[in-house]
Amino acid sequence: MKIIILGAGQVGGTLAEHLADEKNDITVVDEQATTLKRLQERLDIRTVLGNGAHPVTLMNAGAEDADMLIAVTDSDEINMLACSVAFTLYRTPTKISRIRSANYLMEHQALFESGAIPVDVIIGPEQLVTRNIEQLIANPGSLQVLDFAEGRIRLVAVKAVAGGPIVGRELQEIRGHMPRVDTRVAAIFRAGGDPIIPEGSTVVEPNDEVFFIAAKEHIRDVTSELREVDKPYHRIMIVGGGNIGATLAKQLESAYQVKVIERSYDRCRTLSDMLENTIVLHGSGNEPLLLKQENIENTDVFCALTDNDESNIMMSMLAKRLGAKKVITLITNAAYADLIGDDIDIAISPQQITISSLLMHVRRGDISAVHSLRRGAAEAIELTAHGDAGSSKVVGRRLDELNLPSSVTVGAILRGDEVLIAHGHMVVEPNDHVILFLTDRTQISAVEKLFAVGFGFI
Amino acid sequence: MQFAMAFKIIGVLLILFSTTMLPSLFLGLVANDGSESAFATGFAATLLAGITLWLPSRHMSRDLNIRDGFMVTALFWLVLGLFGAIPLWLAPELSLTPAEAIFESISGLTTTGATVITGLDHLPRSLLLYRQLLQWLGGIGIIVLAVAVLPMLGIGGMQLYRAESAGPSKDRKLTPRITSTAKALFGIYFLLTMACSASYVAAGMPPFDALCHAFSTVAIGGFSTHDASLGHYEQNSVLLVSSVFMVLSAINFGLHFLALQRRNIRVYSHDSETAFFITVIALASIVVCCLLLATETLDLEDSLIHGLFQTISIATTTGFTTQDFSVWPLFLPVLLLMLSFMGGCVGSTGGGMKAMRILLIFRQGMRELRQLLHPNAVIPLKLDARRVQTEVISAVWSFFAVYMFCFVLIWLALLATGLDFISAFSAVVATMNNLGPGLGDVAAHYAAVNESGKLILCLAMLMGRLEVFTLLVLLTPAFWRH
Repeated sequence: MKIIILGAGQVGGTLAEHLADEKNDITVVDEQATTLKRLQERLDIRTVLGNGAHPVTLMNAGAEDADMLIAVTDSDEINMLACSVAFTLYRTPTKISRIRSANYLMEHQALFESGAIPVDVIIGPEQLVTRNIEQLIANPGSLQVLDFAEGRIRLVAVKAVAGGPIVGRELQEIRGHMPRVDTRVAAIFRAGGDPIIPEGSTVVEPNDEVFFIAAKEHIRDVTSELREVDKPYHRIMIVGGGNIGATLAKQLESAYQVKVIERSYDRCRTLSDMLENTIVLHGSGNEPLLLKQENIENTDVFCALTDNDESNIMMSMLAKRLGAKKVITLITNAAYADLIGDDIDIAISPQQITISSLLMHVRRGDISAVHSLRRGAAEAIELTAHGDAGSSKVVGRRLDELNLPSSVTVGAILRGDEVLIAHGHMVVEPNDHVILFLTDRTQISAVEKLFAVGFGFI
Repeated sequence: MQFAMAFKIIGVLLILFSTTMLPSLFLGLVANDGSESAFATGFAATLLAGITLWLPSRHMSRDLNIRDGFMVTALFWLVLGLFGAIPLWLAPELSLTPAEAIFESISGLTTTGATVITGLDHLPRSLLLYRQLLQWLGGIGIIVLAVAVLPMLGIGGMQLYRAESAGPSKDRKLTPRITSTAKALFGIYFLLTMACSASYVAAGMPPFDALCHAFSTVAIGGFSTHDASLGHYEQNSVLLVSSVFMVLSAINFGLHFLALQRRNIRVYSHDSETAFFITVIALASIVVCCLLLATETLDLEDSLIHGLFQTISIATTTGFTTQDFSVWPLFLPVLLLMLSFMGGCVGSTGGGMKAMRILLIFRQGMRELRQLLHPNAVIPLKLDARRVQTEVISAVWSFFAVYMFCFVLIWLALLATGLDFISAFSAVVATMNNLGPGLGDVAAHYAAVNESGKLILCLAMLMGRLEVFTLLVLLTPAFWRH
């Protein structure tokens, strides 16, 4: 596929890296020659210098025969205009744009769905991150919560803790513990080793990062097998009242007790106007006195969401020391994500989340959801099985007969409205949505090939 | 001439005002009840005075400045009060002293409803109608004052309602021009009056009484055509109709307009002032009813009906009475008098300090408590989900302080005239909040107060109605300097 990426920032760069690995023709456009140069040194891509909205730049980038335009520059306006120009001049089939400002998103219907601004897919990183954190807060104990089938099935990552009923035992015992709950453990990540594709006899050890798939309502039960489940959270403290912090507070304030700490007094005023039940505090998240005064030791979740990685990490560690039960930290720099120790429970990477949602649209075949996991090493996808037993290598076969790479597990099947947790003897039917877990992302093309329909199918 | 424009307007107002005496003059002539000469004289004097003020400056046309605004507002009640007193003073059936006539007239125009006249049941209809018309007219004045004048002058935090400022509710500006807004509100006022009198008739009142009481109900006045006030009527339905319309009239007329325009009743529930007002009234009614029952002052039915009616009547500052509530257990009359400090909502015909100001003071108190718990918190004072400016809050506080200060001064002055403690206290509450009936010597009427006392109470009524500052500003030397 020929893809043009506008903007070589963090999202644009990481995206190019992901897609170039998958044998796509990638052209990256940016106004900064140095950024482009650095990217080109690393990756097998083409780069074009110039303003992404200019027709000449787009033409130089090969817009005439491009399959897709992904506009992720810093400016909403350039992104939208570039999509518009590409569509008007070159009829580019798929146009994806990052749009941050809630002002545009509010008029979503009139602006985008009507086609007035030809953007096929809108990516709003702030909204995505906010939603992600919300999920983590709603599912105590989880490290990551990913939705499939509009949230009916979830893939959840949980760190196993000694004392959980299944920890130290074989996975197959889980059925005995909870006969009514159907779940499938998709993968286990153990420190210092390769990811484990679990079998019935696999033993869960403390500190394992366990990915399991289950229906929404069973998440809590399964989590409780692996660790003592935290009580539902009530008190949330958010540091950093930027876009993400403010949106999160707005979403949470009706169900939780929310406090927001913000450094700028003016921003505090704006926040306090905007929020109804949230307590807006003027100060900094790295003042122990302020944190103590606001009862940090009784805080269930502490979210460090400022735009400074270093501050986020330091104040998260401080909050944890002072007694916050759970700490969620926003970290943009992927290098830091590997450094952080036990003090930080969950590190959230905005790019990772943005890229997950972009990948869904870039992938070949009929993919309805893609989630990038463990900093891009693993991936969970939702694929549709088309065709029939004759034209497809999947349909009409038992799951254990599928010729899947060894690093891939089938998590669940979605048949109409029915959610089926995968078991070896199940047979794939046409139009089933199959949820797969890949511990090795490079296997993606093999999977795509497997699901592709032969020539007989139109 | 500095106040030429103000005089011109007062002249026009006097000319218009003289027509209020015409219906009574007509009634007097038809019934030949002896009051016709009083009304004829009053009409002629008012009309002449009006023309005299208007003629010299009739060609003048200049925008009103802020001083003219204060001047016109204060003079509206003062001058009309004086001229309105003429027929009452001259009417042979009443034999009032000038001070009494002025008291009665100002009490009518400020929609207070305190009276010095006894034997209402035997008075000719012309005089009865005139008193009610005074209240009704005063009510119109209040609406215009509340919507156009006070926000412009920014009295006691009322800049909140300034059309151009981002107030608590951005759609508060009903129509683009102030004259059309005034017309729209007058329409609402007229409509309410008609609906009220029709409901009174349906509840069993004679038509003349129904119209008269509708005038004083919608104006939140409290004048009645009977000495026993609404207690004259035995039907409970009359009291219920009256309760409903008193509450309606004590709600911001702007909201009525919006509700009509959008045909949506939710306008009321979205307004925090109205919600606060209704909550307070409801809670107070429950307390009063329960206490009346518990102390066995009245039986069950009477406790409920009279408890509700009396609470609404006093809390909205209307001042209709059914029972002599001053003989209820002391807690209740004092509670009701305290409620009258709140009065109606902003932009209604009610008196008192207005529910909005009390609500703001209450919220400010709560805010202070939260701030103590979270010293670093940035806590805005919000009204209808919008921040209220600090200047507005401080204006409300100073209004509260000055109101209370004036209250104490007038109380002391009344005590000096020889009135007893409780009568003096309740008389100031009843006049400054434009309520009407008090306790002790002034429970039913004010005839027992001496001449100087009556004049002091006139001042209290004007102060309350003009939101204190409008009157006080006229007394500052700076106002009169060029």
